[in-house]
Amino acid sequence: MDLIIEPGLTHFLAVSAILFSLGLMTVLSRRNVIMVLMGIELILNAANINFIAFSRFTELSLEGQMIGLFVVIIAAAEAAVALAIALNIYNRFKTINVDQISQLKG
Amino acid sequence: MELQTFIPLALLILLLPLAGFVTLIFAGKKLPRKGDWLATAVISMSFLLSLTLLIVKLGWYPDESITGSFNWLVLGDAMFGSTLAIELGILIDNLTVVMITVVTLVSTLVHFFSIGYMEGDVRYTRYFAYLGLFSFSMLGIVLTHNLLMMYIFWELVGICSYLLIGHWYEKKSASNAANKAFIVNRVGDAGMFIGIMILFTNFSTFTFETIFESISAGILPFGSTGWLTAAGILIFCGAVGKSAQFPLQIWLPDAMEGPTPISALIHAATMVAAGVFLVARIFPILTADALMVIAYIGAITALIAATVAITQYDFKKVLAYSTISQLGYMILGLGVGAYAAGFMHLVTHAAFKAGLFLAAGSVIYAMHHALHKREDHHTDAQDIRNMGGLKSKMPVTYWTFVIFTLAISGIPLTSGFLSKDEILAGTLAYSSLNGHYLLPLIGFIAAGLTAFYMFRLLILAFHGNHANTSRLADLRESPKVMTIPLMVLAGLSFFIFYSFNPFGAASGWFFAAIERPMSLVPELMQPTGAVLFHETVQGVHGIAMFISILVAGAGILGAFLVYSWKKISADQLASYMSVLYRGAVDKWYFDAIYNRVFVDGTIRLARILRWFDERVIDGLVNGTAVVARKLSQGGRWFDTYIVDGLINGIAEITDRAGNMLGKLQTGKVQTYLVYIVFSFIVLFVLYLQI
Repeated sequence: MDLIIEPGLTHFLAVSAILFSLGLMTVLSRRNVIMVLMGIELILNAANINFIAFSRFTELSLEGQMIGLFVVIIAAAEAAVALAIALNIYNRFKTINVDQISQLKG
Repeated sequence: MELQTFIPLALLILLLPLAGFVTLIFAGKKLPRKGDWLATAVISMSFLLSLTLLIVKLGWYPDESITGSFNWLVLGDAMFGSTLAIELGILIDNLTVVMITVVTLVSTLVHFFSIGYMEGDVRYTRYFAYLGLFSFSMLGIVLTHNLLMMYIFWELVGICSYLLIGHWYEKKSASNAANKAFIVNRVGDAGMFIGIMILFTNFSTFTFETIFESISAGILPFGSTGWLTAAGILIFCGAVGKSAQFPLQIWLPDAMEGPTPISALIHAATMVAAGVFLVARIFPILTADALMVIAYIGAITALIAATVAITQYDFKKVLAYSTISQLGYMILGLGVGAYAAGFMHLVTHAAFKAGLFLAAGSVIYAMHHALHKREDHHTDAQDIRNMGGLKSKMPVTYWTFVIFTLAISGIPLTSGFLSKDEILAGTLAYSSLNGHYLLPLIGFIAAGLTAFYMFRLLILAFHGNHANTSRLADLRESPKVMTIPLMVLAGLSFFIFYSFNPFGAASGWFFAAIERPMSLVPELMQPTGAVLFHETVQGVHGIAMFISILVAGAGILGAFLVYSWKKISADQLASYMSVLYRGAVDKWYFDAIYNRVFVDGTIRLARILRWFDERVIDGLVNGTAVVARKLSQGGRWFDTYIVDGLINGIAEITDRAGNMLGKLQTGKVQTYLVYIVFSFIVLFVLYLQI
C-alpha cells in the first residue's frame, strides 16, 4: 500500500468536516464568549476549505476561491462586530460567560 | 228681542258664575273684601238676565223652544246613514227659563245672606268661589239639551255639594257627612248612567229631542216597552239620589253639617230640585209603569220623612226632613201626572224652603253670638230645646218664619197651598182613575204631619219662654244683609206671584206656561191622557182643597194643643205610640240597616279580598319569585361551571402550554444552538431516508 497518497477531494472534505465539528463543539460547549467566537471562526474556515476544495477539484474554477476570499473578509468584519458586542455584554453584565447571560429566559 | 239672541244670553247666564268662580279661586284673596262682592255681582247679573229671559220668553214666545248646539265629538257613521256625534247644546223652553230664574234668584239671595253669615270664616273666599261653581253646574243641568252634558253637570253639582257640606272639614262629622252625601249620590248616579247608556246604545244620541223623536216614531230600546220602562226608572235613580228620595234619603239630614246658607241653597232649594227637574225633563218617555213606581217612591218618601221630622230636636234637621218630605211631594205629583203642579211645588218650595233655612241660619247666627258673648261653648246653638221665646228678640226672623211655615203647611193665600193643593188633587184624580187609593191617603197624612211638625218647630223655637233666660240675654236680631233676603223670600211665598186666584193655580200664568208634555211612549203604556186627567182633577179639586185645608188645620191645632197649651203631653203621646215613636226617632232604622249591610258588608268584603290578596295573589307572586330564584340559581351554576369553566379552561391550557414552552426558552444562546443543530440533524436524517 502506498503510504504517500495523492490528496483528493474527499480528504479536503474530511478535514473540513472535522474542522466544522470542532468549531461546532467549541461553540456549543465553551462558556466564554471569546471562545464561542473562535468556534464560529473555525466553522467559517471549514466552509472556506469546502469552497476552495470544490473550486480545485470541480469545473467551478475561480468562483469558489472568490467566495473563499469573501468569507475571510466577512469573518474579519464579523469578528470586529462580535468583539464589540462582547465588550458591551461585559459592560452590562460584568461577565462574558454565556451561561450567565440568560435574561431572555421564558 | 229676537229668538236667536236667547242662546248667547243663556250662555252668558251660564258662564258668568263660572267666571266668578275662576277669578275667586285664583285671585280671590287679593281682591278687596276677599271677593264676596264679585261673586254676588256676577250671580245678581245672572239673575237679572234670567228674569229678562223669563219675561221675554213667556211674554212673547210662550210656545217656542229654542235649541243651539254643535257637534263636540264626531265618532263616525251610525246606523240609518246619520253621523254618530256627541253634541253640546242649549235648550230653552218654558221649563228652563222658570228653573234658571229660581236657581239664580235663590243663589243671589243666599250670596247676600252669606256675606253676613260667613263673616270672618277661615275659608271665606273659597266658600264664595264654590257657590259660583255650584250655580254654574246647576244652571248647566237646567240649560243643557242632552243627557250626557246633564250627567256631567249632575256630577259637578255632586262635587260642589261635597265641597260645601265639608266646608268645615276640621269637624269629623262634617267630613263624614260630605263623604256620605257623595257616596250615596253615586249609587243613584250609577243607575242614571245605565239608563242613559240604554238610550244611547239604542238611539246613538244623547240629545233629548232626537231620543223623543225616535220613541214617538215607535222605535223602542231593544224593541220592548219593558226596556223603556227600565230606562225611565234607571234615569229616575239619579233623581232618587240627588233629590233624596226613598231609599237614598239618608244623606240629606247629615248634609246639614254644612254652613246654613248652603243648606238653603243646595239642600233645600236647588240641587235637590235637580232630581225633580230631571223627571220633568224626561217625562215624555216615561211609561205608565215607570210613573207609578215614581209616584209610590215619592209618596213613601213624603210619609217617612214627615214622621221622622216630628221627633227631631235639631232646628236644621227638622227642616232637612221637611225638605225630603216636600221633595217626595214633587216626585209624587210628577208620578201621578200632575206635571205642572209638581214642578210648581218645586218653584214655590224653593222660595219658602230657602226662606226657612235662611231664617234658621239667622236664628243659629244670633244664638251663636249670644252664647259666644256669655262664654258658653257647651250649649248647642241648633237645639230647639235651648231656644224658646225668640219671637220678641228677633221679630223680623219670626214673622218671616211664620209666613214660610204657613206656606209649607199649605194654608190658603200662600204659594205652598196652591201647589200642594194641586198635587193632592192630582193624586186623588189618579186614584179615582186607576184605583191607587194609597197615594192620596199618604199625601193627606203627610200634609197633616207637615203642618204639625212645622208648627211644633215654630212654637218650640219662637213662642213660650226662654229655656234659659240669662243664657240668651244678649240675643239680637241679625244684620240687614241677612234679614232683607228673608223679607224678599217671604214676599215670594204669597200666592200672588204664581196665580191671581188664591184657590186655584190652574188659571195662573204658571200653569199656562208649564204644560204637561205629550207622552211619546206607545199607546198601551201611556199614562192617563192629559185631557182626561185634567178633567178628573177639576172634578175632585174642591174635595181635595177641602180635605187639605182640614188636615193642615188639624195638624196646626194638634201642634198648639201639644206644645203651646200643653193639653196633651208629648211624652204620653210618645209612649202611647211607642213603636212608631221609636221608629221615627231612629229614622226608621235606615242608617242602621245601611251601616250593617253596606258599610259592614264592604268591610267584610274587603277583609275577604285582603285574605285572597295575602294568600292567593301574594302566594302566586312569591311562588313566581321562588321559581325565578331557583331558575337563576341554575343559570348561575351553568355560568360558573360551564361557561366560566370553558373560558378558564382555555386560559389554563394556554397558560400551561406557555409555561411548558417557556421552559424551552432558556435565554442561553447555546441551548438554542443545540436545538438548531439537533433539528438540522433530524431533518437531514429524514431527508436521507427519503
